Amino acid sequence: MTQNPSSAKSNTKLPFAISMSGINKHFGLVHANRNIDLDIYRGDIHGIVGENGAGKSTLVSILYGFYTADSGTISLNGTSHHYNSTADAIAAGIGMVHQHFMLVPNFSVLENIVLGHEGGVNLTTSMTKARQMLEDLSQRFGLNVDLDAKVADLPVSLQQRVEILKALFRNASILILDEPTGVLTPQETDQLFVILRILKDQGVTILLITHKLREIMAVTDRISVMRDGAIVAHLNTAETCAEDIAHLMVGRPVLVEKQWHQCDRGEAVVKVSDLSLNGSDNEANPILSPLDFEVHAGEIFGIAGVAGNGQSELLELLAGIIPPSGGSIDYHGQRIDAKTPASPLDIKSLGVAHVPEDRHASGIILPFSAAENTILGYEDAATSGRWNMFTSPALIHERCSGLMQDFDVRPPNPHLKSSLFSGGNQQKLVLAREMSARPSILLVGQPTRGVDIGAIEFIHHQLIAMRDAGCAIILVSVELDEIMSLSDRIMVMNNGKKMGILNRDEAEVKHIGLLMAGVK
Amino acid sequence: MRRPLPKWIDIGVMPIINIFAAFVVAGIIIALIGENPITALSVMVKGAFVYKGALGYTLFYATNFIFTGLAVAVAFHATLFNIGGEGQAMIGGLGIGIVALSLDPLLPPLLVILLAIPMAAVFGAIWGMIPGWLQAKRGSHIVITTIMFNFIASSIMVWLLAGMLMAPGQMSPETRHFAEGVGLLQIHQIANAIGIPMARSPLNLSFLVALAALVGVWVLIWRTRLGYIIRATGHSEKAVIYAGHDPAKIIMITMAISGGLAGLMALNEILGVQERVILNFTSGYGFTGIAVALMGRNHPFGILLASLLFGALYQGGAEIDFEFQTITREMVLMIQGLIILFSGALALMFHPLMERLYGMIAGPDSITSPPKTKRAEHG
Amino acid sequence: MADIWLQFLLTIDATLRVSTPLILCAMAGIFSERSGIIDISLEGKMLLSAFAAASVAALSGSPWLGLGAAILVSMIFSLLHGFACITHRGNQVISGLAINILASGLTVTLGIALFAQGGQTPYLSSAQRFSAIPLPFADTMRQVPIIGTIYAEIISGHNLLVWLALLSVFVTSIVLYRTRFGLRLRATGEKPEAVDTAGISVTRIRYQAVLIAGLLCGIAGAYLSIAHGAGFVREMTAGKGYIALAAMIFGHWRPVPALMACLMFGFLEALAARLQGVDILFLGPIPTDLILVLPYVLTVVLLAGFIGRATPPKAIGQPYVKER
Repeated sequence: MTQNPSSAKSNTKLPFAISMSGINKHFGLVHANRNIDLDIYRGDIHGIVGENGAGKSTLVSILYGFYTADSGTISLNGTSHHYNSTADAIAAGIGMVHQHFMLVPNFSVLENIVLGHEGGVNLTTSMTKARQMLEDLSQRFGLNVDLDAKVADLPVSLQQRVEILKALFRNASILILDEPTGVLTPQETDQLFVILRILKDQGVTILLITHKLREIMAVTDRISVMRDGAIVAHLNTAETCAEDIAHLMVGRPVLVEKQWHQCDRGEAVVKVSDLSLNGSDNEANPILSPLDFEVHAGEIFGIAGVAGNGQSELLELLAGIIPPSGGSIDYHGQRIDAKTPASPLDIKSLGVAHVPEDRHASGIILPFSAAENTILGYEDAATSGRWNMFTSPALIHERCSGLMQDFDVRPPNPHLKSSLFSGGNQQKLVLAREMSARPSILLVGQPTRGVDIGAIEFIHHQLIAMRDAGCAIILVSVELDEIMSLSDRIMVMNNGKKMGILNRDEAEVKHIGLLMAGVK
Repeated sequence: MRRPLPKWIDIGVMPIINIFAAFVVAGIIIALIGENPITALSVMVKGAFVYKGALGYTLFYATNFIFTGLAVAVAFHATLFNIGGEGQAMIGGLGIGIVALSLDPLLPPLLVILLAIPMAAVFGAIWGMIPGWLQAKRGSHIVITTIMFNFIASSIMVWLLAGMLMAPGQMSPETRHFAEGVGLLQIHQIANAIGIPMARSPLNLSFLVALAALVGVWVLIWRTRLGYIIRATGHSEKAVIYAGHDPAKIIMITMAISGGLAGLMALNEILGVQERVILNFTSGYGFTGIAVALMGRNHPFGILLASLLFGALYQGGAEIDFEFQTITREMVLMIQGLIILFSGALALMFHPLMERLYGMIAGPDSITSPPKTKRAEHG
Repeated sequence: MADIWLQFLLTIDATLRVSTPLILCAMAGIFSERSGIIDISLEGKMLLSAFAAASVAALSGSPWLGLGAAILVSMIFSLLHGFACITHRGNQVISGLAINILASGLTVTLGIALFAQGGQTPYLSSAQRFSAIPLPFADTMRQVPIIGTIYAEIISGHNLLVWLALLSVFVTSIVLYRTRFGLRLRATGEKPEAVDTAGISVTRIRYQAVLIAGLLCGIAGAYLSIAHGAGFVREMTAGKGYIALAAMIFGHWRPVPALMACLMFGFLEALAARLQGVDILFLGPIPTDLILVLPYVLTVVLLAGFIGRATPPKAIGQPYVKER
């Protein structure tokens, strides 16, 4: 059932573009999809929303043939399909833009697009043919990309275009986009939406997977909400609002933004001046251009920006993981600069704790038990003997039990492997460990990435309580909502530069969005 | 209904199944050759345990394997695959040789021995640390580097033993004998001296050093701060940096410990038996260490058991040479390859089957097994 | 002068002979590793196929059957490697090592059982081997200075498998860079998810890759025992598989540069053989052992990034698992 996108005009009288019914999927003991029924009109932009782990990715992976459902049927444009591979799904006219792009970084754009759809053994002829077709396609859909550029050299927004072109090259009439805006600025997101509308006008059916409510309200025609592996509602976008959807996603009313309240701030305990970091090609392309800011005791200092604009490096600099190239950081009057760098341990001894951005890579060691993870970076707390050489399992266990109780980590079992805890509970463990040192300064990166809403509330509550107790908190997050709802002041970064520092009451999403895009 | 295996099956039963599979395949090959595998097995068992002095030989070989197995295991805990045990042991032997040959005219034997023992470890440690440094600081892959270092070590040994260090008037590439008394006491000598009758075997004091190393490695890995950081490095270098340690340093230290343990293998062969440095005294024991570590699941207790098994195989294999025309001790090499295959590369092969069997016997599971984690990135 | 020229030509000629198994194995390695499967079992597969070739040639009298057996055996062990690493997601280094050790034991055990000559196969007559193919007019051309001698000494007088080895480089280049299969193979070694989501089976590509590697290794093994040599001798590969691996790394996993590295390493070996026992004034015999170790040392130096940097395919060594 391959269909040329242009020939399929939006028409609700025709059979559904996608019709899934009774889909079930188990992974071991997890029931990832429960009895899913889903009908999608041809030429619609249809959104699927849900929390992390609600089963959205599993569902579209089944639609894309990546997984096979345990039971249920799929029909496309009225024809029942029983496919068990991605190749079958592609042949049936489904294209997918994955959250993490499926591009070979050191291949050219053209090679990437052709891969798997070469149309003949001889590569040289396939490439020539493909080039022509792609020039037509990019013109028709307004998707301009240099076909000979190496993918690794392209910015993410262009890589995403390559992914869309790849799908169109395979004659996709149904396009699935999985969390497509996570890596984009608000402006790039708007551009993407323009492209999606062009695709829609050309008759392509679009399935948009996201957890961002604002976006789904802006671009979709219809919305399905998922929770705990099941679809809990089908809605027309025009007849609903963000609050209702949030309610459906979580299963109870959500009042995220109510936690913040005014608080008196103390003196400046963090002073950053002219702090800079050179890139790998030294001074030509700095990762961080000289930055100045101060953070006071008793305030949350939010750092906003699209991922990859220097915030991560700034956090690592502040934590002592990488040394600065120039400028200085001052904690409680202790100066750290390029000549006198400080290790993470030195910085810890100044009363600074650090909840790292990437929980799985840095914050915890997944195969270790929860107990073992509670001494990561705090080995002194669990060692005995001369030079603190020997570790004491009993001590570690006791420490972990205490932290688990204080932070409501479930299940409260210190022996359990860390990878077996949910994202929210893993993050609570990290937070518990870092707060256990009673820091006067807390560095926090992406505190709620991959965390369920219940845990988000808990974590936000803890951060605000820390602030109220006089802790200076530097918060880095790519979730603008999170920054807006927690911060007393907000610094916006773009391309390693400080675009501005705004007070909470003068901060507006639109303004911040422009700053994030580098427009002053 | 499949069910995740409990720890005791994973650790206790799976290795036995894997070894059994290796023996079955070896048995089929022996049968194809036209010999009776059961007879061969019984000859090996007798040769390894029953005959006079057999146990001593078995333990003697096991000593080698404890050292090389621990060497591989320690590196494995930092997810470093040290294939260089062979070369590190050779260079360890060189260390003993240099100390013994240069000092034995000057110092009393006991002092020479006391200096030679740490030198075996130090030389091996250096030969292990260089690939560690190359991986940590220069990004070269430790597997390839250690393979190359085996060849380089072997060439250095040929060059020295057939040149500078060759005994005068000798034609074979080996050094002169160390001075009288520069060697480790053999266990049967000690036993006989205190009145316990014991058959002659090359088993020597190195065995006790090996046992001490087993305990030492256990303490290091599971009861020290360094061991904690070594294991952490194995799982996530980023986390180690975050925690304030330098993974490059940890990798080098780990490889030094690993190389040192491999170097100590030379104690057993050079100071324990040969009392001179000969070419190829390592005889592939460094590679056997990989099989031992895999079988022993990188745990000292497992390594002890695996070393005993391999000791028995090597000693039993020697017996095969005497008893059979058509099969020889090379068969042991074959079994070794099969064991690495089944308990290493194919370690997961029997898992689904066992999970199903276990599920059938134990019934469906609802409480004990923890919920699967959800991938954090997307829902 | 003429003598030195002849010595030089003979060394170059020997270089080609010594390099042949290296070239074949390096190409084998490129296929396997470009698909993401580490192959340190080149050594073992070559040893096994050398044994198979010599045994079958000795028993049947036909070098062609010997070659066929060599390829078959090598491909069977490639399948085993694939079974462990691709199907069961085993550790690729461990699997390769197991095959190498298994090969050492198996060849001798079977050799003794079959021929009772301490693990060797019987000496093969020239009819049982691939013999040198003198090119037309080689003898007449020998009279012509320079060009003629090059023709006679270097180009003429090689057996079929030498030519096959050189051809394999050409074919590998074409397949890798000019065909659909090559594109998919390279993509699999860099980012298997991209291949999988494009609807191509990663498993299938990787199996195809290791099988081709087996085929090439098989020819290399046959070359050792029934073309270059006249029978199987225990451990006759003597680390050549590892040198080929080193050459492949040296050539950045690309066919032509890998060929160059093979020729360089082959030249070192030929040179060492030629210099055996030759004295340098005042210094005594040339330490040929140290020449022979140069490939290993150079590879270490290269890998350490002191002379350029060798970047392996990104997905190498990682079993492909769909998410979750």
